[in-house]
Amino acid sequence: MAAHPTTIDWFPLWLSLQVAGAATLISLALGIWLAWLLANRQFPGKEILDALTTLPLALPPTVLGYYLLVTIGRTSWIGRAWESLTGSALVFTWRAAVIASTLHAIPLLVKSSRAALESVDHACERAGRSLGASEWRIFWKVSLPLARRPVAAATALAFARSLGDFGATLMVAGDIPGRTQTAAIAIFDAVESGNTFVARTLVIVISIVTAAIVFLANRLERRRPA
Amino acid sequence: MDVGIRKRFPAGEESAGFHLDVQFEAAAGITVLYGPSGSGKTMTLDSIAGFVMPDAGRIMLGNRILFDAEAPVQLRPQDRACGYVFQNYALFPHMTVRQNLAFAAYQLPRLERHRRIAELLDRFRLGDLAGRYPRELSGGQKQRASIARALIAEPQALLLDEPGRGLDAPLRADLYSLVLEMKKSLRIPMLLVTHDLEECFALADNVLIYDAGRIVHRGAPLNLLHNPGTSEVARLLGNFNIYQAEILALNPARQTSRIRMLGHDWNGPHLRGCFLGDRITLCARPEELRIADKPGDNRVRMELVRATERPQSVRADFGNELIVDVPRTEWAEKPDALWVEIPATSLRQIS
Repeated sequence: MAAHPTTIDWFPLWLSLQVAGAATLISLALGIWLAWLLANRQFPGKEILDALTTLPLALPPTVLGYYLLVTIGRTSWIGRAWESLTGSALVFTWRAAVIASTLHAIPLLVKSSRAALESVDHACERAGRSLGASEWRIFWKVSLPLARRPVAAATALAFARSLGDFGATLMVAGDIPGRTQTAAIAIFDAVESGNTFVARTLVIVISIVTAAIVFLANRLERRRPA
Repeated sequence: MDVGIRKRFPAGEESAGFHLDVQFEAAAGITVLYGPSGSGKTMTLDSIAGFVMPDAGRIMLGNRILFDAEAPVQLRPQDRACGYVFQNYALFPHMTVRQNLAFAAYQLPRLERHRRIAELLDRFRLGDLAGRYPRELSGGQKQRASIARALIAEPQALLLDEPGRGLDAPLRADLYSLVLEMKKSLRIPMLLVTHDLEECFALADNVLIYDAGRIVHRGAPLNLLHNPGTSEVARLLGNFNIYQAEILALNPARQTSRIRMLGHDWNGPHLRGCFLGDRITLCARPEELRIADKPGDNRVRMELVRATERPQSVRADFGNELIVDVPRTEWAEKPDALWVEIPATSLRQIS
């Protein structure tokens, strides 16, 4: 067995944090919009949209990854459009990892945000309307501030979930050390190659970060909004 | 304001069907929507404000069409210029009183906005509370803040949903003088929902009596008290003695009649459009009946069932729906038997 280095390459961890951060921001914007749509609007296909946003939670990550490969792969129209715009492929880059993580994080955000928005006192929203405020203004100034704690808690959990994505990320972003190898994948590699020191260190760091996030999320959830 | 709306709710698994069908005009001043819970009063306000869409009809405010099912016109609540004071005040809990008012003043130019907020804070005695959050206010203070907020944008109508609910007596008196003062200064239609008779009489220029989705009677409050029209309305207005009577004699020349009710013969009022032998329903307010310690005109000796103390009077119950409210000064002695007088003028015919 080859001797393993006792120094650690921190790149996978940084990449993971960056990918999770970007994925959380995207899924926050998209998820809150979807949650608002599901909470406030009646439209045909609402149930289908609701089911579709939940699906990534239930599907095996590899299935999700497969769908993503088909959708953004180099032969798909999205993949080709991206390539003709930027000159490089979308799959097997950190960007693909962001997309995979976003898809993973969105169901959590939509579910929690929808419940939070639906529990906002409707009299307050009605009051806003009778005072002449636009729906946009009511959302930003009344509904979202009143739902901010559960939404923030869901955002924290979404970040944790993005941080830990493995299957879907591996399928669309691959395992390219120094480019697309995230912490979760690096741990798998380290275990596979018997590098217990690297595996153990990364496991401990990821565990601490995730535990801190879960703790924060629980605190946010528990305290009642003003 | 001119309102004529219909809305039907099909019977659900847990609710019986409900049908709102009302038509009324509300001039500048206070129109009180009075009636039991679930009779459609708040739904009427919500339809005017634009929170609920009626199935049919039209709502006009001044010369603006707020809603017209035929046209169809359905203005957004934002565009209706109807101030709404909610039952639970609906102040934004994450904003201070001043921020609540500023939210409503958003569209005013900056200087005008500050002037208007300062003016309303002052007028509603909120100056010292401007920096407080709603959870730090008492019920009366929340009430004033929510009314002030509703007035910021100078609405063309003001809708108040049970503003007196949950306030104790002194705060209610405060609220009444506030509402009456607003009536004077604003000169806009004010619609006020209540199921409190005292509130209704303290504030109303005009009363709409609601029952099961319909307006069963309307008019000036005192007029309603004198002419309840039907026994249902008499019951809704509270404390009416309602009797079945038979006409024994009619004297149109002297505007009197002779009737039999409660097992006795009485002098009755002038009864329009009735014939000898007709069976009619009459009502009388308990405070218009009298008790006496000796026999006399239109007096009958009755057994007192019970006497109940009330704030300004003693309520003497003689059974058979015969109740007399006696001023406390007259209630000196309480013998078991008393002479009850039903003055002919206190009896009013209802259908």
